[in-house]
Amino acid sequence: MTGDPNGAKAAELACPACGEIVFAGEVFCEECGHRLAGAQPPEPPAEPAPVEVPPAGPAGRSCPGCGGTVIDVDGYCGSCGLRQPAERDHVEMTVTARRGGTNGTRPVVAAGASDRGRRYSRNEDALAIVAHTAGVAAVVSDGVGSSQRPDEASRAAAETGAAELVARLDAGEDPEDATRLAALKAAAAVAALGTSPGDAPSCTYVSAVTRGAAVTVGWVGDSRAYWLSADGAVESAEEIEDVELAEVSTGDMAELGPSRRLTDDDSWAAFMVAEGSLTEAEAEAHPNAHVITAWLGADAGEVRPHVASFRPAGPGTLLVCSDGLWNYFPEARDLAALLTPGLDVPADRSDASAAADPAADPLGAARTLVRHALDAGGRDNITVAVIPLPSPAAPQSSIPQSTSPSTEQPR
Amino acid sequence: MSEQPQFTVKIDQNKYLPEGGREVHAIVSVEATAAEGAAPVSASTRASEVIIIDTSGSMSYPDTKLRAAIAAAKVAIDTLRDGVEFAVVSGSNVAKMVFPARPGLVAATPETREQAKVALNRLKASGGTAIGSWLRLADELFDDVQGGIRHAILLTDGKNQHETPEELEAVLLRCERRFVCDCRGVGTDWEVAELRKIASALLGTVDIVADPAGLVADFQAMTEAAMGKSVADVALRVWTPQTANLKFVKQVLPSVEDLTGRRVESAPQAGDYPLGAWGAEARDYHICVEVSPGEVGKELRAAWVKLVVPGAPGEEAQVLATGNVLAQWTDDEARSTKINARVAHYTGQAELAAAIQEGLQARKDGDIDTATARLGRAVVLANEAGNDEITSMLRRVVDVVDLGTGTVRLKREVNKADEMELDTRSSKTVRTRKDETVTTLRGEG
Repeated sequence: MTGDPNGAKAAELACPACGEIVFAGEVFCEECGHRLAGAQPPEPPAEPAPVEVPPAGPAGRSCPGCGGTVIDVDGYCGSCGLRQPAERDHVEMTVTARRGGTNGTRPVVAAGASDRGRRYSRNEDALAIVAHTAGVAAVVSDGVGSSQRPDEASRAAAETGAAELVARLDAGEDPEDATRLAALKAAAAVAALGTSPGDAPSCTYVSAVTRGAAVTVGWVGDSRAYWLSADGAVESAEEIEDVELAEVSTGDMAELGPSRRLTDDDSWAAFMVAEGSLTEAEAEAHPNAHVITAWLGADAGEVRPHVASFRPAGPGTLLVCSDGLWNYFPEARDLAALLTPGLDVPADRSDASAAADPAADPLGAARTLVRHALDAGGRDNITVAVIPLPSPAAPQSSIPQSTSPSTEQPR
Repeated sequence: MSEQPQFTVKIDQNKYLPEGGREVHAIVSVEATAAEGAAPVSASTRASEVIIIDTSGSMSYPDTKLRAAIAAAKVAIDTLRDGVEFAVVSGSNVAKMVFPARPGLVAATPETREQAKVALNRLKASGGTAIGSWLRLADELFDDVQGGIRHAILLTDGKNQHETPEELEAVLLRCERRFVCDCRGVGTDWEVAELRKIASALLGTVDIVADPAGLVADFQAMTEAAMGKSVADVALRVWTPQTANLKFVKQVLPSVEDLTGRRVESAPQAGDYPLGAWGAEARDYHICVEVSPGEVGKELRAAWVKLVVPGAPGEEAQVLATGNVLAQWTDDEARSTKINARVAHYTGQAELAAAIQEGLQARKDGDIDTATARLGRAVVLANEAGNDEITSMLRRVVDVVDLGTGTVRLKREVNKADEMELDTRSSKTVRTRKDETVTTLRGEG
């Protein structure tokens, strides 16, 4: 992280037409009605080839509110006035292995879901999950609400990052190099969206790749990756500090045992905690808690992605998510509990509870996590990617043991 | 060179509603600016003007009224653009043509202007006041020029004594949307409510010219404003969702005028509210829509506001500008409880106009308590809105004891002209200035 709180992304954005403070996710300025952040919510991302999207798109273009069929160009129903849900409002995806499983089928190796939430009028998060020859690459990006066109930024970041990861991993490149270079390529793609200093679409970035049993994460900003151990064990707070060590590790990858967070936010809160100025609780309660200190965008300066690699000691789930989820469930153990069948799931949600086992049903697990964030308030866009490990595609006996050692150098 | 000005529609509102919330308020600001490089109004813009001068007997008591009215009419004629078709009508128990001699309009040229002035010089005051008959003649004169800018000036000094209110009502109904009429009362023997009603029905302004000496400047200003109009018949078209109820549409700048009852159904789920002619000017409207409550997070277009030139029946309306009034339900109280400053400002000014008119009526009726309470409230509202003109007029009618609480005492002696001026101008509003909040108390000079 830059460590410079003055370089923090402004928490507030002004309307370009009247100067009034506007909030992330607002499509129109509350003061003057000026349409913010460009035009309509853009078309859904053109999905990378291996990604399957269930049919959630524009079926007959009839209004979900009243069934009316006249939808005007601004996206409002001609009879009841309802703003039509954008295709990006709720996105789900599953990814199957590139190669067939033991019985010739192609099992689901990862899944993800992204939702507008209950507070914002559009989804500015983006998600991309792609299978590569030896595993999965997932990218989650959260558009910075105080920038222009944050939804375009996050989409560019997720698409570019995932495509670059797959290309490099398929070419046999080291996962840490691939992770860093993909993040930089995503950063360049987002920076290219900026047309002026006042128009610099920005976003966070977090990627996770698996190669056999090894995991590499990379991030800029405050979107996160977690390891959720299948046995329910949780790492103590002290051990979590190993993250920074792992990042500069030149030798063996850190072993992943109990559930833990794998990333370390580039945020004001994290900075203050790291400096010892505030406790975690104090920092989270501060108005600046969500101000990020690093991001992708034309105004981001030099982007330095953090990269860390891990080797799971046992089965578990690699979770990649935006703050729309972790705001409600910041601790790894809280997230793990959401996916433990039978725990704090109401009886009438038995479907969700049954679907919560990530190994058996990654998409069900992703939906469960999104549902919990919505039930908790859905104040922000929510995006999750769920990658069970060991991969359902890999025969249990043949987890590749030889992954390249980390080559990340201290900078 | 474009003849039409550039119109813009701007919406001010807080779109956020609490769970279960139904009422959406918005201020619609319509502004027209002359197209760049273009003259404000092209010489080819078709326009017509009818000047109606009261020549009832009272106009010669004192004689200065009639002489001032003639002088004012002459200045108005001089202010007409060449080619504007005009006529002068005199009104008493009946309406008579002054110029031209036979009913009709004549294009303004140096010669016709002179002829009209000569005709004006011959005016004599006698007889009664039947305003409906004057307007009926004007309406006939405008028959041939529908489609162009149509403007009348009506000057009177008395009450409409020589026809029934029903007769006047019937004429107003017939004249609605046929022409715009600015009304002026000279002296203090006319009825504010009566003239306000005429001006309101005919989308014009109403004002008092207590001293006849002020007529010349006033007529000149009115005619200049009329010559500044470049689009004849503009309407506010408001679309609302099927289940919604459009509670009101009010003009709130430059004056308060309830347009709700003027609706003309124009398209599915939409109605037109006629606004008359437009020049390079700005007017604000307050609209209130009641919608069916929606889920938190849901966003609705509560109204789609378009400024249109409706066009002939069966013809597509010309859309000059549009704006969206939105509604979005939220569980965030910080958002849903925020009141838009301009909505608050104009809500206060509409209440101000009502408080003044009710207070003055109560005072006339001898209901001192109501008069004191309403005028006290008016003092508070005028102060909050920064409406200095109304504040100073109020102070000629009441003594302010406590500005904060609106405690006032009715003045024992009030100049009739001051009272009528306050009444007439009570609906005149001021625009919020961006650099001040509406609740700021302004220092008293």
